[in-house]
Amino acid sequence: MREVDRRSKIDRRKFLTTAAAAPAAVVAVTTGLSVDGAWADNAQALKPETMKTLARVARDVYPHDHLADQYYIAAVIPWDAKAASDPQVKALIEQGVALLNELALARYKSPYAAVAWEEQRVALLREIEQTEFFGKVRGDLLVSLYNNHDVWPKFGYEGSSAEHGGYINRGFNDIDWLS
Amino acid sequence: MAKFDLNDDGFVVIVGSGAGGGTLGNELAQKGIKVVVLEAGARNEIQDFVNDEWNSFTRLAWKDMRTTSGSWQVARDFPNLPAWIVKSVGGSTVHWAGASLRFEEHEFKIKTAYGDIAGANLLDWPITLAEMEPWYAKAEFKMGTTRTNGIPGLPGNNNFKVMEAGARKLGYKQVHTGRMSINSQPRDGRGSCQQIGFCFQGCKSGAKWSTLYTEIPKGEATGNLEVRPNSIAVRIEHDAAGKVNGVVYIDGEGKTQKQKARVVAVAGNSLESPRLLLNSHSSMFPDGLANSSGQVGRNYMRHMTGSVYAVFEKPVHMYRGTTMAGIIMDEARHDPKRGFAGGYEMETLSLGLPFMVAFLNPGAWGRSFTTAIDGYANMAGMWLVGEDLPQETNRVTLDPVVKDTNGMPVASVHYDDHANDAAMRNHAYRQGAAVYEAVGAIRTFPTPPYPSTHNLGTNRMSEKPRDGVVNKYGQTHDIKNLFVSDGSQFTTSAACNPTLTIVTLAIRQADHIAGAMQKGEI
Ligand SMILES: Cc1cc2nc3c(=O)[nH]c(=O)nc-3n(C[C@H](O)[C@H](O)[C@H](O)COP(=O)(O)OP(=O)(O)OC[C@H]3O[C@@H](n4cnc5c(N)ncnc54)[C@H](O)[C@@H]3O)c2cc1C
Ligand code: SF4
Repeated sequence: MREVDRRSKIDRRKFLTTAAAAPAAVVAVTTGLSVDGAWADNAQALKPETMKTLARVARDVYPHDHLADQYYIAAVIPWDAKAASDPQVKALIEQGVALLNELALARYKSPYAAVAWEEQRVALLREIEQTEFFGKVRGDLLVSLYNNHDVWPKFGYEGSSAEHGGYINRGFNDIDWLS
Repeated sequence: MAKFDLNDDGFVVIVGSGAGGGTLGNELAQKGIKVVVLEAGARNEIQDFVNDEWNSFTRLAWKDMRTTSGSWQVARDFPNLPAWIVKSVGGSTVHWAGASLRFEEHEFKIKTAYGDIAGANLLDWPITLAEMEPWYAKAEFKMGTTRTNGIPGLPGNNNFKVMEAGARKLGYKQVHTGRMSINSQPRDGRGSCQQIGFCFQGCKSGAKWSTLYTEIPKGEATGNLEVRPNSIAVRIEHDAAGKVNGVVYIDGEGKTQKQKARVVAVAGNSLESPRLLLNSHSSMFPDGLANSSGQVGRNYMRHMTGSVYAVFEKPVHMYRGTTMAGIIMDEARHDPKRGFAGGYEMETLSLGLPFMVAFLNPGAWGRSFTTAIDGYANMAGMWLVGEDLPQETNRVTLDPVVKDTNGMPVASVHYDDHANDAAMRNHAYRQGAAVYEAVGAIRTFPTPPYPSTHNLGTNRMSEKPRDGVVNKYGQTHDIKNLFVSDGSQFTTSAACNPTLTIVTLAIRQADHIAGAMQKGEI
């Protein structure tokens, strides 16, 4: 069978500019692309800690251990611009993150992003599952995370095929393990 | 291409250019009858299609507001998207997968075959399979349906091979790559399927039949057909004698226009057609046009549906190749011993990653969900589609509050699953999972219904005017020059996909309209 190459073929600078359409100050950061890194320091409307918490929430909601943090970061960065242009969005996100931190401090004596175990963070998310904040963030991730064309190969999905002549000569019937 | 005058009252005016409207338009044009087709959507051609699920959806789908209620899960998961249908020239034949099956004989008379079922509003069609057969043959020839007219079946893709192997292990016998209106060899000026795998996003090779590039250009070539894109019909008008005489529509510039008409045929799909009839109420017809029975908008059917996806140890790449060329037909029979009336088909189905995450288990998150998605490349999938029963209370009404940008009340869609639908769905989930488990599935996923792609029954055919809206030719019982030409005519839904029957009825209706016009009856 013809398998899909799942390795990344992109550099991080290009990735952030194209995938996230983020403010220049944010994308200028090319190193340290982990949730805890400096990438959020230049956020314009949302607090850097809020951005980092969102990225942590993103991974906790849709955890894929084969996806690097950069994909989750790219998926949440657009919230900064949305918050900059709409005060209601800004309030929704800041208040949602504040609530999450409040619950985390009460239960684990630590802000959400620093709670050690995924199960513990997920338990907190379950508590706010019915809030508008969670609904909006989760719904947005379905598109902002999974509709990023750069993540498709990581799931073995090949995307657009017409320009390659379809699959008629590229493995539409190449399954070889059925007995 | 013809350009017709708004004030000429000699035309047949058709609302909608999809399976029903596009076919009727061409058939009439071929007979020398002048036709204007009003189409709400834009004219997107093959070169405009993109192999990208969300991008394509944004360009082609009907996204205008609709509201929902009822116990069906779609109302919870997709409250403002009850249906997944197209707003573009060609209608939902741009999106459709091509599965083209005839009804079984008993499916035209289920009231007789099943007896009375509590809570259901069963009715026999006023036509039989024997009457439909010659027209089915014409439709299959027109659409180039595989496994008819000597046209070979499509080759099976990986997704089909997995389903087929499991089906054989379970002892299913009627398993093949389907009767598909997709060219398996060049035909009718169109090439053969390139196994592109984006059948739902508009076929870039043109191998799949769609009114967009078959019926409509053929009709236009006669000089008798004009398609007006970006033209939203808002009201059908009538004269003092109660005959319809024109259609008011909003054009692409937002201006209100009126096209005069000798005959009007409504083919806006089963949510919009009753909406238009209801919205055309007048002092003479206070409950809407053709609604003396009170049945306009009622008996809404959307098929018993669901999907089963399964993850295997090794790759499948189900998205490669034709989306729906694979079927198990053994469960389509009527066999009440299974605990429900009617039957269902199992058809291969694949979604790309973007739609898979949206539809596999709407609302789900966390590791149970993401480990399923991690298995995407190793997934196989099938769609379950079966007969649902008409219920009078499942209906399309005008929303009392919400209006569209033209100030017209939006369609409000109410649907409760009948106990029969639920029993059938559970049976289908079990059988679907068993098919995949027979060939080593590691996990299977009973996936809930998507927004409705099959929308039926809201202007149903009936022998007696009190039981339905139209007669056996789709002519409304109340107004003889007003016709319904889409899936809303269906008296009952049958197990199979509806479009072959919609096209068949449109060809037959064209014959009837032409005859009646010639005789001066309309
Ligand atoms: C993803 C998908 C896959 C499918 N696969 C299959 C399959 O494999 N086999 C099968 O049999 N069926 C399939 N279907 C269903 C099939 O597409 C429909 O049954 C069929 O197209 C319905 O025909 P119709 O004429 O009733 O409506 P449509 O084809 O939907 O056409 C209605 C048209 O009317 C227009 N319209 C509506 N209201 C107005 C108005 N007020 N003014 C002007 N225009 C208006 C709409 O914009 C639309 O273009 C599929 C559908 C989808 C969405
Ligand atoms: S798989 Fe075949 S029918 Fe489907 S889009 Fe591709 S070429 Fe068209």
